[in-house]
Amino acid sequence: MTAAEALIKCLEKHGVEYIFGYSGGAAIPIFDAIITTGTKIELILVRHEQGATHMADGYARATGKPGVVLVTSGPGATNTITGLITAQMDSIPIIVLTGQTITPMLGKDAFQEADVFGISLPCVKHSYLVKNPKELTRAVNEAFHIATTGRPGPVLIDIPKDVSSAEGEYDIDAPLDIPGYSYPTHGDSKAIKAMAEKFKKAKKPLLLVGHGVIIAKAEKAILAMAEKINCPVVTTLLGKGAFPETHSLSLGMLGMHGTAYANLAVMDCDLILSIGSRWDDRIVGKLSEFCKDACKMHIDIDPAEHGKMVRPEIFVCGDARLVIEELNTHLNPVQNPTWVAACHGFKAKHPLKYDKIPGSLTQQEVLDTFYQVAGTAPIVSTDVGQHQMWAAQFILSDRGENWLSSGGAGTMGVGLPYAIGAAFGRKGEKSLAVVGDGGFQMTLCELATAAIHKLPVIVLVLNNSYLGMVRQWQELFYDDRLSGVDMVGNPDFVKLAEAYGIKAWKLEKSEDVADIMKQALDYKGGPCLIEAVCSKTDNVYPMIPSGATYDKMIIEAPKTKTKYEKPAGST
Amino acid sequence: MSKQHLLSLYAVNKPGVLMRIFQIFARRGYNVDSIVASPEMDGKYSRVTIAAQGDSANVGQIVDQLSKLIDVVHCEEHVGGRSIIKEMALVKVLLAPETRAELLQIVEHFKGKTVDITPTSVIIQVDGDTDKIDAMIGLLRQHQIVELVRSGKMLMARGETKT
Repeated sequence: MTAAEALIKCLEKHGVEYIFGYSGGAAIPIFDAIITTGTKIELILVRHEQGATHMADGYARATGKPGVVLVTSGPGATNTITGLITAQMDSIPIIVLTGQTITPMLGKDAFQEADVFGISLPCVKHSYLVKNPKELTRAVNEAFHIATTGRPGPVLIDIPKDVSSAEGEYDIDAPLDIPGYSYPTHGDSKAIKAMAEKFKKAKKPLLLVGHGVIIAKAEKAILAMAEKINCPVVTTLLGKGAFPETHSLSLGMLGMHGTAYANLAVMDCDLILSIGSRWDDRIVGKLSEFCKDACKMHIDIDPAEHGKMVRPEIFVCGDARLVIEELNTHLNPVQNPTWVAACHGFKAKHPLKYDKIPGSLTQQEVLDTFYQVAGTAPIVSTDVGQHQMWAAQFILSDRGENWLSSGGAGTMGVGLPYAIGAAFGRKGEKSLAVVGDGGFQMTLCELATAAIHKLPVIVLVLNNSYLGMVRQWQELFYDDRLSGVDMVGNPDFVKLAEAYGIKAWKLEKSEDVADIMKQALDYKGGPCLIEAVCSKTDNVYPMIPSGATYDKMIIEAPKTKTKYEKPAGST
Repeated sequence: MSKQHLLSLYAVNKPGVLMRIFQIFARRGYNVDSIVASPEMDGKYSRVTIAAQGDSANVGQIVDQLSKLIDVVHCEEHVGGRSIIKEMALVKVLLAPETRAELLQIVEHFKGKTVDITPTSVIIQVDGDTDKIDAMIGLLRQHQIVELVRSGKMLMARGETKT
């Protein structure tokens, strides 16, 4: 048996269903082993290595299982870096296997040699350069353990060609040897009790639900807690769906482009408990003023999140599900009618809304109509920018694994490969990739991957011929000087899809939106694409300018041209 | 406030561990003043002592991030007098016949040793607390120091406390 064959056996043992890969010289022994072992693992040949990493990432987000990537050395390996940082920032378990030049040539500038171990260091949870074939199966077993436990993250294994080719006897069950690695499970019981005491004193409590709740599968525990003490819930972008947005206690997304009612509740609350959120700068705005007079508490599985941004009164380090279940045992049912009514009042006074533009389509009406037609069932992925924020606002979600979006890294181009990865992971379910004309063009070559496998993916291109979010900033904060945002030269996206053999519609009129959405949802012939030609100059509101306090929130588009101060925060 | 912080780490002795450690410092604007790393006992683990300058408000985050590294078993910041901290220095000084006696007096005062001596130069070895070594180097500056090598701080927790 070669080490490469042992590697494939090892992947089988870990329940791997798919390898998202792109072949190349240094990885040939591993691609060969996929055939010689007769494995049931299916190799998905992508069109670019970055696409492979995003597909594995989308697969992991949609299923909770780790995604696996296989690429070659040098440029093949460096093309995975964007995917690695995207997964790292959002705590997504992916395993990236990279081919490498033979060990005697390491460091000698061999053909397609890159120090991928060094290059990837800040983008991974852990990484390996395996120089001894006997160590490969142990590295793989450790990689799966590390990627999927504690705070998940990407693990890279760099495998020289002479290592993967080496004949020998290999132990598929090689034991883990990671004495420096542990992760918390149950939180400190005393601190959990103290949290319960704070809730008993609070008059206006708020739950801030983040991605950690989905990772820990703590949704039911959170729902039970919120209903028991009638506590309104706001979610982060990545926590979307962790608490059903259709629930009366849900206030939707908070932060920079969150709902006005979520942000008003944040301003008014006297207690805020973050569960599996890292108080990201999109959420807190001006850190020193964030919930200044409220009691801030934090539950996270990563001890390094303690006090990194907000310094909480009580921090519990542990698994969100276990901690919340224990916290629930200390809480008594509370009605909380005044506070709940106040939050409903915020919602009634400042609902999410948009103006239709006569003779032109808005992205909001396209997304809103999609939600009216499709409900919460489809898996929805997005790219990054205005369309992402509008999708977060108007497509409600009641399941975390149905909402796939790059939050921390803000990686353009993930929308289509996320939808593809999700479609593999959840066979038979429709997935919608909401993409802008900018991000889509970064990874559109993966239309081929979707077409080959006849995946039920709907690509919704919201085409405003601009990099809209940057254009919005330039309009609001840089005196409308537009620089580097005009997407002049865009292709005809319908013809482009048709060139891949993909069914496509051009959507230009409000009255056609619902009908075309229905046709796309009913389409059984594999992937399809809708190009929605949208208004070019619409802006996303509400908006808290970056680094500003919550009271600077611009709730809706100003009626007259308003000049704003340049934001203090980054991007 | 920026000042020097002293950290000790117990890490798996593997290639790349120091790179991972240094990245944590560099990304947060810390400048590493000195590092002493050596394998311990059977060679599976290393002891690492790092002295680094940076914003004191961030040191807790640095310790947390270092502890989080898969290859780091534990990491501590050392403050106050709970640890023994020593370093060593080698100083090469040019000799002139008329300064020789005074130079050797300085060496003797600081309990240093001359480990190499030629008609025109001497290498002085000294160990001990950082303050003591600083003081000796201060005096030697009156002579012609041509080379100076310091080991960096080595640290061990007092008593039975783990370093």
